[in-house]
Amino acid sequence: MRIFKLIFKNALRHKLRTLLTIIGMAIAVMAFCVLRTVVDMYYAGLDATAANRLIARQAVSFIFPLPYSYRDQIAKVPGVQTVSFANWFGGTYKEKKNFFARMGVDAETIFDVYPECLVDPKEYEQFKRERNSCIVGSEIAKQYGFKVGDIIPIDGDIYPGKWEFVVRGIYKPRDKVTDATQMFFHWSYIDERMKQDMPGRAGQVGWYIIKIKDPSQAATISEQIDAMFKNSSNATKTETERAFTQNFISGFNSLLTAMNFVAFIIIGIIMLVLGNTMIMSARERTREYAVFKTLGFSGGHLFGLILGESIFISALGAGSGLLVTYPIVSGIAAILPKGFFPYFFITPLTLILAATAALVVGLAASIFPIQRALRTRIVDGLRFIG
Amino acid sequence: MSNTIIQVQNVSKSYWRDSFEIPVLNDISIDVHEGEFLGLMGPSGSGKTTLLNLIAGIDRPSKGNVLVAGTDITKLNESALAKWRSHNIGFVFQFYNLLPVLTAFENVELPLLLTSLSKTERKKHVEFALGVVSLSDRIHHYPKQLSGGQEQRVAIARAIVTDPTILVADEPTGDLDKRSAEEIMNLLERLNIEFKKTIVMVTHDPRAVEKAKVVHHLDKGELS
Repeated sequence: MRIFKLIFKNALRHKLRTLLTIIGMAIAVMAFCVLRTVVDMYYAGLDATAANRLIARQAVSFIFPLPYSYRDQIAKVPGVQTVSFANWFGGTYKEKKNFFARMGVDAETIFDVYPECLVDPKEYEQFKRERNSCIVGSEIAKQYGFKVGDIIPIDGDIYPGKWEFVVRGIYKPRDKVTDATQMFFHWSYIDERMKQDMPGRAGQVGWYIIKIKDPSQAATISEQIDAMFKNSSNATKTETERAFTQNFISGFNSLLTAMNFVAFIIIGIIMLVLGNTMIMSARERTREYAVFKTLGFSGGHLFGLILGESIFISALGAGSGLLVTYPIVSGIAAILPKGFFPYFFITPLTLILAATAALVVGLAASIFPIQRALRTRIVDGLRFIG
Repeated sequence: MSNTIIQVQNVSKSYWRDSFEIPVLNDISIDVHEGEFLGLMGPSGSGKTTLLNLIAGIDRPSKGNVLVAGTDITKLNESALAKWRSHNIGFVFQFYNLLPVLTAFENVELPLLLTSLSKTERKKHVEFALGVVSLSDRIHHYPKQLSGGQEQRVAIARAIVTDPTILVADEPTGDLDKRSAEEIMNLLERLNIEFKKTIVMVTHDPRAVEKAKVVHHLDKGELS
């Protein structure tokens, strides 16, 4: 018989109590991981940003457009490699719930500034040739069953009317953090109709995506671009893609902070649950610990026994929690509209945090029982009636 | 006369309850010789268990010294004392104090986990100890599957498995029926005679103390 066996047997001495503690811990760890995943996924857009990309938008608000004519001026700024642009289209695909990003883009340059969206060269050439064609991300292609040659009907809202786009390509994400839930089509296709139906809205783009040669020049180039349009009716605000995304997320900051806070409160709760179990167990075993000491076991042995049991239970709870978290997160990812969370997965950091929290909970929950076991004199322990 | 193995020299012991000092032992001196079977008798509260605890090194005197096989155990620190106990003392409790989650084998094996013996050697020692107490057939039984007398025999096997010099027994028959008590006393007598164990036993059972070679009476913390 080894000490580990004794730890195991002690942990399972009160099977129901241990089982309830493990279930409590598993639920808490699962809740912690799901909350952290939601928070992570909000911030995940930051991971997908590139250091060599700048975004220039209307200085007052992102919702106001910029003139298409800025394109050539921006391209002349030293250090700028490629200038592309995009325009939020909105609209509805069949039903309101079918949400995914639909954007009018510069077909010639969009995949140059977004190399993480991998598209077949033949499909891309075909896309460039057809004014009403589109390229969709593999995630939404999978979700809605889009294939090359399909026609996607969109009811316009920002750009009123019935629109139809022919799928000419499906792009794949280069990595896990690349958004594969977008639909790109020709900005010129929208602009043509605007020229006919709403001339006042023609020649406008949503924002510029600027690929620069040297990321260390981002601040200088941004300043130069903004300086060019400073006194115009459409002043720009140019910033790195990361800063742009950060500003975009900042609207949810309070909610995300609250979710993060709740996630860590949960850790506190599981600490109390396990702490309670360990204190009860150690109190019941006061006499046994005295017997151990009488037999010659040292304080270090008791320390190991109690700590081992506490960590064993917390590890079982955390392990079970993580096991159920994966299918739950997958389930959530499956029912969430793809556009809200382009990707939804448990990050390694969340796993590390959950595992560390379980270890810390195991350690913390054993402090009082260890202290009690070590402080109790043998003669008092032997007289203890639990 | 054989060698003196335990020397209790002018030992006093008091406990503090809140701000009150409660004297338990008052200037006690006893010598126990190697191979002796000493019985300590006395009414409840006379200090006999306290004296036993001092001899076993699980409590410390307020005054005086306790020398066991030449070692003044009152001078040892906690970890040295724990090590000393594991080598020199076998303890038999009134309520057996077996671990309920361990089998008879595992309970007896417990003190051997502190030694450097291999698994095979430990198994040999445990089987021998359980054989001495005639429980070879209950080796894989849990305490709850044993009678009170059998539990006490397992506890005795646990006390002797490390082959300690001294066995201390605190009311070993106090929780047993007459027949089981007799079996336990016969076993202790056998350990004393056949295995040459020095035994110090606390009891207030007159039948039990008949097995002791030397009997001391304690009353109000003094030898009478």
